[in-house]
Amino acid sequence: MSVTTDTGPVLSADGKPLKRSLNKALRAQKLRALALIAPLLIFVLVTFIAPIADMLFRSVENQIVSNTMPRTTAELAEWDSDTSELPGDNVFEALYTDIFLAAEAKKHTRLGSRLNYEQPGVSSMFRSTGRNVDEIGEDQIKALEDLNGAWEDETFWFTLMTGGDGAEGNPSLLKQQAASLSNLTESVYPADIGFVPGQAISDLLPQTASAYTSFALFSAVDNGDVVAEEEPWAAVKLALIQDLRSGVDLSSYSGPGAAELAEAQDLATSLPPVDFKAGFIDIDEEWADAENWTTIKMYSPDFTSGYFLNAVDYQKTPDGFAPRPEDEQIYNTLFQRTLFMSLMIMGSCILLGYPIAYLLANLPMRTANLLMILVLLPFWTSLLVRTSAWKVMLQQQGVINDTLVWLGLIDEAGRLVMINNQFGTIVAMTHILLPFMILPMYSVMSTIPQTYVRAAKSLGATNWTAFWRVYFPQSVPGIGAGSILVFILAIGYYITPEIVGGTTGTFISNRIAYHISSSLNWGLAAALGSILLVAVLVLYWAYDKIVGIDNVKLG
Amino acid sequence: MADTANSDAFVEFERVQKSYDGENLVVKDLNLSMPKGEFLTMLGPSGSGKTTCLMMLAGFETATHGEIKLDGRPINNIPPHKRGIGMVFQNYALFPHMTVAENLSFPLEVRKIGKSDREAKVKRALDMVQMGSFGGRRPAQLSGGQQQRIALARALVFEPELVLMDEPLGALDKQLREHMQFEITNLAHQLGITVVYVTHDQTEALTMSDRVAVFDDGRIQQLAPPDELYESPENSFVAQFIGENNTLEGTIKEIGEDVCLVQLDDGELIDAKPVNVSKVGDRTTISIRPERVEVDTAKLGDKAHTLKAEVMEFIYMGDVFRTRLKVAGKDNFIIKTRNSADQRRLQPGEQIEIGWLPRDCRALDAV
Repeated sequence: MSVTTDTGPVLSADGKPLKRSLNKALRAQKLRALALIAPLLIFVLVTFIAPIADMLFRSVENQIVSNTMPRTTAELAEWDSDTSELPGDNVFEALYTDIFLAAEAKKHTRLGSRLNYEQPGVSSMFRSTGRNVDEIGEDQIKALEDLNGAWEDETFWFTLMTGGDGAEGNPSLLKQQAASLSNLTESVYPADIGFVPGQAISDLLPQTASAYTSFALFSAVDNGDVVAEEEPWAAVKLALIQDLRSGVDLSSYSGPGAAELAEAQDLATSLPPVDFKAGFIDIDEEWADAENWTTIKMYSPDFTSGYFLNAVDYQKTPDGFAPRPEDEQIYNTLFQRTLFMSLMIMGSCILLGYPIAYLLANLPMRTANLLMILVLLPFWTSLLVRTSAWKVMLQQQGVINDTLVWLGLIDEAGRLVMINNQFGTIVAMTHILLPFMILPMYSVMSTIPQTYVRAAKSLGATNWTAFWRVYFPQSVPGIGAGSILVFILAIGYYITPEIVGGTTGTFISNRIAYHISSSLNWGLAAALGSILLVAVLVLYWAYDKIVGIDNVKLG
Repeated sequence: MADTANSDAFVEFERVQKSYDGENLVVKDLNLSMPKGEFLTMLGPSGSGKTTCLMMLAGFETATHGEIKLDGRPINNIPPHKRGIGMVFQNYALFPHMTVAENLSFPLEVRKIGKSDREAKVKRALDMVQMGSFGGRRPAQLSGGQQQRIALARALVFEPELVLMDEPLGALDKQLREHMQFEITNLAHQLGITVVYVTHDQTEALTMSDRVAVFDDGRIQQLAPPDELYESPENSFVAQFIGENNTLEGTIKEIGEDVCLVQLDDGELIDAKPVNVSKVGDRTTISIRPERVEVDTAKLGDKAHTLKAEVMEFIYMGDVFRTRLKVAGKDNFIIKTRNSADQRRLQPGEQIEIGWLPRDCRALDAV
């Protein structure tokens, strides 16, 4: 039989088509394999990898400052923090608009808590300012309202700002304000909110138009009101006074409310300018502290290294970074302690696990199975129960101390402190993680045939030499696998150190949990978590370099 | 070759018994004595106790009863590493984490031999098995045959006087196995070492050994040089186990010094050589090797007995013809004839007459 007719000619070319058909055949296999892992892959991506990536991203993310105070951060860019002078009035005016909006959206406290991580006291400054921001310029607003009742009339304002029926609109301003506002409120603003600022009025009174547009967006979407039925915020009126005072030329304006505007301009120019700086310092004198402003400026970029610096006991200063004061340094100690204790736990697991694994691998099947059940027994008990049991065993009034006192080895006053410290954590965690050391060791050892040791003995080696030169080197992959497993589990352990660790036996993970659930400083938690992750990866890499990951066998 | 060995025993088993569970004896009353320089093979089916004997000699198992002596010294209580016995294991047991040279150097290191001495010995041992250039390799990088040579070199490198081999060629393919059989025997004779070799492959046992001990049921059934074992099996087990064998069953009618009369179960009377039958009326198994059966009865002379047979099957095997016959009611009687120019090929269904010399027909114990 010759080659089949259709492959005959394709093969004669240069063998390439053969490759193509091979690829085609393999592609089906690959797709099948992909389809098999797809459910798990999607599950892991969606529920695990993506949230973790998002969480880790928080360690550098810092958009909250520029989102909450977009105008202030823009103005602050000009300010030189080294002068230790307060920023200019323009910054305070921008701050007024930002804080007013933030206070309406109730987001100012969030920013306050964020900045409080960097500069204690900022939180209360923002809280009190948010409460009292409408005190600024209130006498001028009152004067405006006294001048003409129309300035308290919502319909008048609405007509003024739209420019009346059929006037040319300025949708780009609406769009721009919506984008800026959604950064703050995280709301979605539709294109049609029943209001479009007029083109003429937004050219004439830019600040007022912007402020009114923000007000309109917020009222329509966040409060669910009809814009035309709501009286504008004090901030809108103050913006109008500022616009008018800046000397706009009203003579060419003929739209709605032209007369009222001319009248108001006369009033505005006759009044003294609004002193925003004094107003803020009146509300909270912390605003007069240049250091607070330095902090705000330092954290105004969208991304920051601040969390990571904090996580290694450093802080940002205007000239780069510097170590934190000694009494505030905790993370380096915690990282070192976590590392040290994980190594101790790993070491004691090796020492305790190796003989057991050896026994398991060399006993007859029936006895080995029984022993294996004993090894696995802890897995069937709740982790919490095991840890609590250690608490009962080790505490000063606990079983071990009572026994020692009863035996007369120690006296009543000399009861040993074995819990709520490093010792307790190491003991409890060694116990809990021991099976993870024994199982890989066992599975490697059970693949080492007895004949190797026999061969070594027949060649003249004593029991010890046969073990040390022949058996032990072959069991090293098991030790490696067990060590990696135990070490990585230990370094991120949380529950046991939380319960038995006290203050000196806690891990970095306990601190991370604290920042996640108590202090709500997720950025710092994310930075600490990232460092932990990187540390594990670096150790893994080092292990691969030194021992070789091919030498890790699980059976 | 068979009886030329010196009379003073080098390895001795005296009434050795072994039991693992305290109920059954795996080795029952073993007595064996080996002169220096002998190549002795322990042959037997699995579970016959041959490996246990080897392990007792190596020191990995202790004898439940009896004494094992090496060069006149009892060694029952000497740990394996002090016995100085080289051993080749079934799966070679080369240490996977050491190179070939390190493997060979290991027994020298534990004997605290100096570095330069060690290197010279390792080199010599590697050259001896023609593996001189493989010192830096790992065992996993070698083929089965190469590993086998290294294992052999390692067992010999510290110059033991006794080397034990536990089915060392079991994992090799047929051609390589035959080649290695030849090399091992050559090496053993060249070095003058004493070898105890365990196998379940009878061809291996026959071609390699000075003497073969056939094991079954915890006992040595027969201890003899290969030719004697094949041609003069002392009981039915050995006759069946070694080589191909035809059996016919019957009862002793008359018994003499050199010849006895056996009545086969279908009534036919034939002459046989009495081996382990004792009295008239005993049941017996007659054993005849297929190649000793003659089709051309005229060649045998008048002393020979002839029987009628029917050809059942003819198998062409190249150098020989293997023909299955129905004889005395049994249809598994095999004969082998040489493929010579004048040899006729028998046709199935053909009625022929076969015969043999009484000395080739042995009356053994009934199975």
